[in-house]
This record gives sequence, structure tokens and C-alpha cells, in this order.
Amino acid sequence: MSVAESHLHDHHDDHEHDHHDLPWIKKYVFSEDHKVIAKQYLISGIIWAIIGGGLSLLFRLQLAYPDANFDWLKPLLGGWIQNGKLDPEFYLALVTMHGTIMVFFVLTAGLSGTFSNFLIPLQIGARDMASGFLNMLSYWFFFVSGVIMLCSLFIETGPAGGGWTVYPPLSALPQAISGSGLGMTLWLISMALFIVSTLLGGLNYITTVINLRTNGMSFLRMPLTIWAFFITAIIGLLSFPVLFSAALLLIFDRTFGTSFFLSDIYIAGQALSFEGGSPVLFQHLFWFLGHPEVYIVLLPALGITSEIVATNSRKPIFGYKAMIGSMLAIAFLSFIVWAHHMFISGMNPFLGSIFMFLTLIIAVPSAVKAFNYITTLWRGNIIFTPAMLFSIGLVSFFISGGLTGIVLGNSAADIQLHDTYFVVAHFHIVMGSASFFGMLAGVYHWFPKMFGRMMDEKLGYVHFWITFIGVYMVFFPMHYIGIAGFPRRYYSFTGFDFTQSFTDLTQIITIAAIVTFAAQFIFLFNFFFSIFKGRRATENPWRSNTLEWTTPVEPGHGNWPGAIPTVYRWAYDYSKPGAEDDFIPQNVPFSETKGSNFPHENEQMVAEAESIHGK
Amino acid sequence: MLGLYISIAAVLILAILFLVFRIQTFIDIVRGANSRRVGTSNKVNAFLLLAFFVVSTALFIWYSVPASKFFLPKAVSEHGVRTDQMFWITMSILIIAFIGTNIFLFSFVFKYQFKEDRKAYFYPDNHKLEIIWTVIPAIVMAILVYFGWKEWSSITRPAPENAEVVEIMGKQFAWQVRYPGKDKKFGGYNFKLIDATNEMGMNLSDPHTKDDFLPSEIHIPKGQPVLFKIRARDVIHSVFAPHFRLKMDAVPGLPTKFWFTPTKTTQEMRDELGNPKFNYEIACTEVCGRGHFAMRYIIVVEEPEDYETWFAAQKPWSESNLEYILTKVDEKSKGLYPAPPAPAPAPKADTASVAVAPADTVAK
Repeated sequence: MSVAESHLHDHHDDHEHDHHDLPWIKKYVFSEDHKVIAKQYLISGIIWAIIGGGLSLLFRLQLAYPDANFDWLKPLLGGWIQNGKLDPEFYLALVTMHGTIMVFFVLTAGLSGTFSNFLIPLQIGARDMASGFLNMLSYWFFFVSGVIMLCSLFIETGPAGGGWTVYPPLSALPQAISGSGLGMTLWLISMALFIVSTLLGGLNYITTVINLRTNGMSFLRMPLTIWAFFITAIIGLLSFPVLFSAALLLIFDRTFGTSFFLSDIYIAGQALSFEGGSPVLFQHLFWFLGHPEVYIVLLPALGITSEIVATNSRKPIFGYKAMIGSMLAIAFLSFIVWAHHMFISGMNPFLGSIFMFLTLIIAVPSAVKAFNYITTLWRGNIIFTPAMLFSIGLVSFFISGGLTGIVLGNSAADIQLHDTYFVVAHFHIVMGSASFFGMLAGVYHWFPKMFGRMMDEKLGYVHFWITFIGVYMVFFPMHYIGIAGFPRRYYSFTGFDFTQSFTDLTQIITIAAIVTFAAQFIFLFNFFFSIFKGRRATENPWRSNTLEWTTPVEPGHGNWPGAIPTVYRWAYDYSKPGAEDDFIPQNVPFSETKGSNFPHENEQMVAEAESIHGK
Repeated sequence: MLGLYISIAAVLILAILFLVFRIQTFIDIVRGANSRRVGTSNKVNAFLLLAFFVVSTALFIWYSVPASKFFLPKAVSEHGVRTDQMFWITMSILIIAFIGTNIFLFSFVFKYQFKEDRKAYFYPDNHKLEIIWTVIPAIVMAILVYFGWKEWSSITRPAPENAEVVEIMGKQFAWQVRYPGKDKKFGGYNFKLIDATNEMGMNLSDPHTKDDFLPSEIHIPKGQPVLFKIRARDVIHSVFAPHFRLKMDAVPGLPTKFWFTPTKTTQEMRDELGNPKFNYEIACTEVCGRGHFAMRYIIVVEEPEDYETWFAAQKPWSESNLEYILTKVDEKSKGLYPAPPAPAPAPKADTASVAVAPADTVAK
């Protein structure tokens, strides 16, 4: 380790020297500094969130007000408005793009990309990522992928429209839906580049966590954020290539006439030549990524929350090892539950039994995590920063949305609920909103370290309350609609007798969605205003233990101006009995805290002394 | 107009928030709250969190009780009654867990809000507690899995021999239905045989095809097992009959099936609901394109005697499409069908009109 560190240190000196010579473009655009790359991911994520959220408002309006005249949207949507109505195929395209953008660009790249990049080196005590160059490539692959996806919104035949799950044959045949023409081609190219970006990023995160931890930062002293990012990267590395293969085979079917996923198709007055393929195969491949993806999105948010809840409760996170254990269990199980998305896809019902069993097991580690958060709050001394409020919101969503998963994971009950609004409610709360809240919590919490200034707290509170209530107003009513059997991805509910109830709820959801979306502009204002005009931050404004708060207010290239601090303890010595203050940072040796040491920690002082002498 | 209202509302809300924020800032400055570690907002937020929980729980109960009449439409299949029961038992457990954990969550955040003179309790772990709350969910899950698995196995087991068989084919954007006719055997099919008249691609040289009929509604007998054989000819669709708790994807190239036993006739449901227009419906639940939301089909459940009468009265598809058939089949198979018909029946019977109707709705 010490060799590695001295090596790094040399590097650091070089960088320090280079620092001033770096041209603007290398410093801010093609930067290899993990902090700049993190900010690039964050800003991109925010832009995508506005686009993805905005798209959802468009289709919510059409759904809630089927009789209204939407000609006023013509300046924005042009030909997609026909006779005052949204075109039904464009409606599906909006749904598809909303899902794709939110899942991949906002909650994967925007969340994991931002915070893995920003926090891994800072919290494990490294000068930068293992490979700054690959890290830069990772962002720019993501950027190009985003540009391509954005272009697909503006082409004449419209963007991909077969749902974010892009099941063939619908996604393979332009005859079936116009979005499956050029729009789908762009979708596939964009996703392929996105996967490359994720893999480059993931490789870097894993390598950095394994190799570049500072002295004393053993795995069991790592903050839970780092554990979460580490496990997330491993999941991504194992599952994204499977999506890549699915996308590649789909490209083959679309372009070269192979029959991987297609068979027995008669469409547009013509029997096609595909024979022997299986649409269900695609679903297996897709969900082999698709389900782990849920945890790729959620685990970083849970990691961020663990850190924020502990810091602001002024208490150690309860059951640190159980938290790691449950994350590992969730990660492992996430790979063997995918077919619960396919109970009624026509696959062998026996598989359904197996996957129901495995799916319900995953509820156990999830429950442990929820209980641990609540116990961390118990007898704490809680400070409600905006980050803390968003973390509490996350815990609430994690519980509310997680519980309904238990019904959906039961294949017999799922028959009725599959592809209804119950599912929409479930995953928007547990995966969408919970992760989104994790992301916002992270921004509020680490903003001072990112930009050297504080965000405004009051605006943060207002933002939290409108968003928290708004999210529940949007997604809680969807349970009712779902239990009544309303299918998802419907352009209109006027065609069926069984979907005539609850028109009022459909409208309430839309109004709540508009208000919630509008509230995000409070955040945007706060965010951009504070970058330039915010109150100046101190080094450690939240009185937190982790290493990033030992850096200067605005850490430069290489993060620490002097030597990298050595770590002597875990990250959660908050309110330790006998300690002077209610927190002891990780870089404080036990020899300096004799009053608060436990017996086994006193023993470690000996080793500590040796290591200090050794230096 | 709507947009105008929304933008006015949004502007007003923003203005109010801004004012509240400004006023709060002045109050804080006057009180000197800025110098304290934690300002008044901490108390306000703690209170709001608790209030949020109380108000939203009240709202949840207040809304759910009257809304429950719109929940799960009445189950009219044997397995549906059982899965509904399972659904509600599971939901009861979940609602208890939901309210229970939220009580802890929101009361803790209120009770343990920051106080200058208090120190948080250093409580890093408690193995006993952790084991308890790992084991309890595990046991609850095991029980739920066991009952779910039993139910799932019973639903997905092979249909009884005596089941009435109905074939349902999904296409963009309508359902096509075929009955095996008097011989109770379907003729074969192949997607290459599909054209504008033979929409299901029936093999016309198959002797079993001759008496197959394609009605415009599904009729099924009450109290008898019914097997739906499901397929699709273009993209994936999904047959969803909410009242029967029935859902199964229709996949091109991969025939699927679902069997059930209806327990109430359409008439009985009409009487029970006091709605003379009530009908059992089929909808599509796998996104399939422009008309996905309009793939409606009607199921009529009848007393077995009425069903038999209806069944016997149905005209085979071949009878009304004889001319077409004779142009398609080879010499050998022509023998299956009567000689050239004396009164030429109008080609394309009711099936064609069924297919066209929903497409029209879409166009509108």
C-alpha cells in the first residue's frame, strides 16, 4: 500500500505542476479529474431529468384530459398533435422515451455516474480514479449516446415506441409501429454506446476501490456509500453485457434478416420469412439486465442515504455489517429473479414457481435495510438538513414501494396485476422516486464539497415538501387504479367498461405530476444560484466523519494538498460515549481519543503506533 | 386554456414560496437563529414529518374505504376467488407492516429531533434484534410463497379433458376467435396461409377446419372448465379478462394457454350489479402499437344449456367462404367441401366486420 501511495504521491506532484498549464478544454471539457467528470455527469443527469420528466407530463395530460384540445402544444410537438389530440403512436413513444431516459440516463448515469465518480476517490483516500483517461472516455461515450437518443426525438418517424423494454417483434418491425424504424435504430445505437460507457465507468470504480484505498482503509472501514458503489459497479459489469448481446441480436434481426427473436409473423398484408426465433428469449436477456438494473439504480441511493442518515442522526449506522451483508445478498439475488417480470409471458409455469420463490427471498435483505435505517434514527439527535429530509423520504418510499413488490412477486396474484398501474405505482415509488430522492439527497449533502458553497436550506425544505407530498400524490393513487385493473401504456381509458371508474384520480395524478415537476425548478434555481452566489462552505459543514471532509473547501487536482490522510477507524464514530465532540473523523488515531476507546480499540493503538513509526 | 391556468397557478405558487422564504430569512436574522447550530426549521420539519404521516394515513383510510367498491372487479372464476383472497390476505399483512414501520419512522424523526443538551445513543448493532427481524420476514415470506406456489401450480396445471376449448388470436388491433366446431377439433394453422379472408391462417385442407367457426363474441358455459388457446400473428399481445383473473401473453410463434372455470353468467352479473349493459371484456395488456388501448372483445357467459344452443346455431366459417376456399385448396382437398354452391353466400362473414370495427375506433 505504501508503495502504491508514494507512487501516487509522485504523480500528484507532477499533476500539481501541470495543473496551471492545462488548457481550458482539458480542464473542463475533456477533463480526467474525477470531480469534474462527476459534475459533468450531474449536469447531464439534471438536463435529462428535465427532459424525461417533461415528456411524462405530455402523456399524463393526454391521459387525464382525453377530451381537451391540445393544439396549444403544436409549437412544441408539431405534427404529433392531430385534431387537438396527441398521436397514439407518439404517446407510446413518449412513454418509451420517458422510461429509457429516466432509467438509464438519469438514474444510472446521473446518479451512479455522479456520485461514484465524486465520492470513491474522496472517501477512500485516493488522488483520482485508477484510470482518469477511461473515466473521461466513459463520460463522453455517455454524452454521445445521449446526443443520439436526443436526435431520435426529432426525426420524422418518431423515437422508439415499443416501451422501454423494447420487446420484439414490436421493436423489430417498422410495419408494426413507426417508432420501430429509424427511431429504434438510434435507440439501439445509443444504448450500445451507453453500455460501453457504463462498463468503462464500472471497471474504473471497481479497480479504484480495490487498489487505491489509503493506508488503514480496510474493506470493513469503508463507508457504506463506497460499498454501495462498489457492488453496483460489479452488478453493472456482469449484467450490462447481456443487454448488449440482446441489443446486438435485435440489430441482426432488424437489419440482416436473422431470426433470433422473430417467428411466424404476418403483418401489413405479408407473411415474413422469420422462423424459429423466440420473442421470449429476448425478454429473458432483457430482464437479465433489467432486474439487476433496478438495484444498479437503487443501491447507490441507499448507500448515499446510509451516509446521510448516520451523519444527521449523529449516530453510527445501525448494523454496519448487516447493511453490507444485505447489499451483497441483494446483489446476488438480483441476478436470479429476472423472470418475475415474465410470469405470464408464456414461459414454462414451473419457472414461474422458482422465480416466485427467489423473488420473495429478496424481500428479506431489503427488510433488514429498512429496519436498520429506522433503528439508526432511534435515539438519535436528528438534524433536518434538506439532504436528511430527502433521505427520510427515500426510506419511506423504499418501504411503501418495496411492500407492494411482495404482492407482485407472487405469481398467482401477479396474474391480475401484471402490466396494470399497480406495477407502475410499485416501481415508480421503490425504484424511481426512492433513487431520485437518493440523488437529490446526495446533491444537497455533497454540494459544499463540489462547489465550495452551500445550497440554500429554506428553498431545499420547500423543494422537499412539495416533492415528497407530490410524489405520493402521483404514485399512491396508481395503486387504486391498478387494483381496479387499469392496464398501463394505455392512450385512453374510454374504450372499456371496466376502466370507467377513477377518472378523478387520473386527473389528480396529472395535476400532482405537474406541481411536482414545477417544484423541481426551485431546486434548479437553488442549485445554479448557489454555485455562484451561495454562502461559502466550510471544510466540514455537516460535521461528518468521512475522508472527503478532510480536504480543502474546494479540493484541487489530487484532492489533498499534502499527504493523503491515513484511516484509523470506521466511518461511523458519531456520539461515541466519552468523546469530546459528537463525531470523530476516520483519520483521527485511537491514540488521540483515549477517553472514548473501547477495549479492542485500545489494542489497535499498538498497531497504529507501529504504522506511524513505520512511516 | 388549461395551459394558461396551470402556468398562472405555477407562478402564484412560486411567488408565495418566495415570499415565505424571504420572511423566514428575516425572522431568522432578527432572532439570531443563524448563529445556532440548528435553527427553528429543525422543529418545523420534525413537526411537519409527523403531521404528514398523520394526515396522509387519515387520507389513505378516508379515501380507501369508499373507493374499495372499485377495487378488483368481482371475481367470476374459481381460481379468481382464491387469488383474490390471497391478494387481500397479503395486502392486509403489508398494510400492517406499512403502517407499523411508518409509525416508527415518523415518530422517531419527531421524537429524536436535535436538542442541544442531548447526545445521540451510540448503538452500532444488536445481533439479537437483527436476527429477529431477519427471521420474521423470512417466515412470513415462506408462508406467502407456499400459498402462492400452491395456487400458481393449481392454476397452471393442464386443463381438464372436458374443457371447452376456444382459440384466441391477437393481431393489430383486434382479437380473432375460433371454435373447433362440432367435431371439437381445431383444424391446423400456419401463418403463411394468412390473407385478408383467412385471417387466422387456417389450414383449409385439414378436414377438422371444415366445421370450425369464428364468432364475433366469445360464449362460454358457466361452471365448466374453459381452455383458451392463445396465439398472435404479428407482435406480442396479452389477453386480459379482468373479471376472470385471466391474463396470458399472445406471442407470435409460441402458442400459450390459460384455463379457468367461470362461475357467473353475464345475466347474473347484470342483475347483481344492477347494470343491464354489463359485459365481460377482454383487453390487451402488452403494448402492441397504435391501437393497443382499443382491443376490446366481449365474453358472454351462459348457462350450459344456452351455451349448447348457441354453439349448435353457429355457422362454420367454411360454409360462408366456400368460393374462397375452392380457389385455395388443391384438387384432393376439394372433396372435403360441397360442390360449387348454388346460392353464392356473401364472402367474408362476421369475422371481417369484427376485425374492422376496432380498427375504426382507433382511426377516430
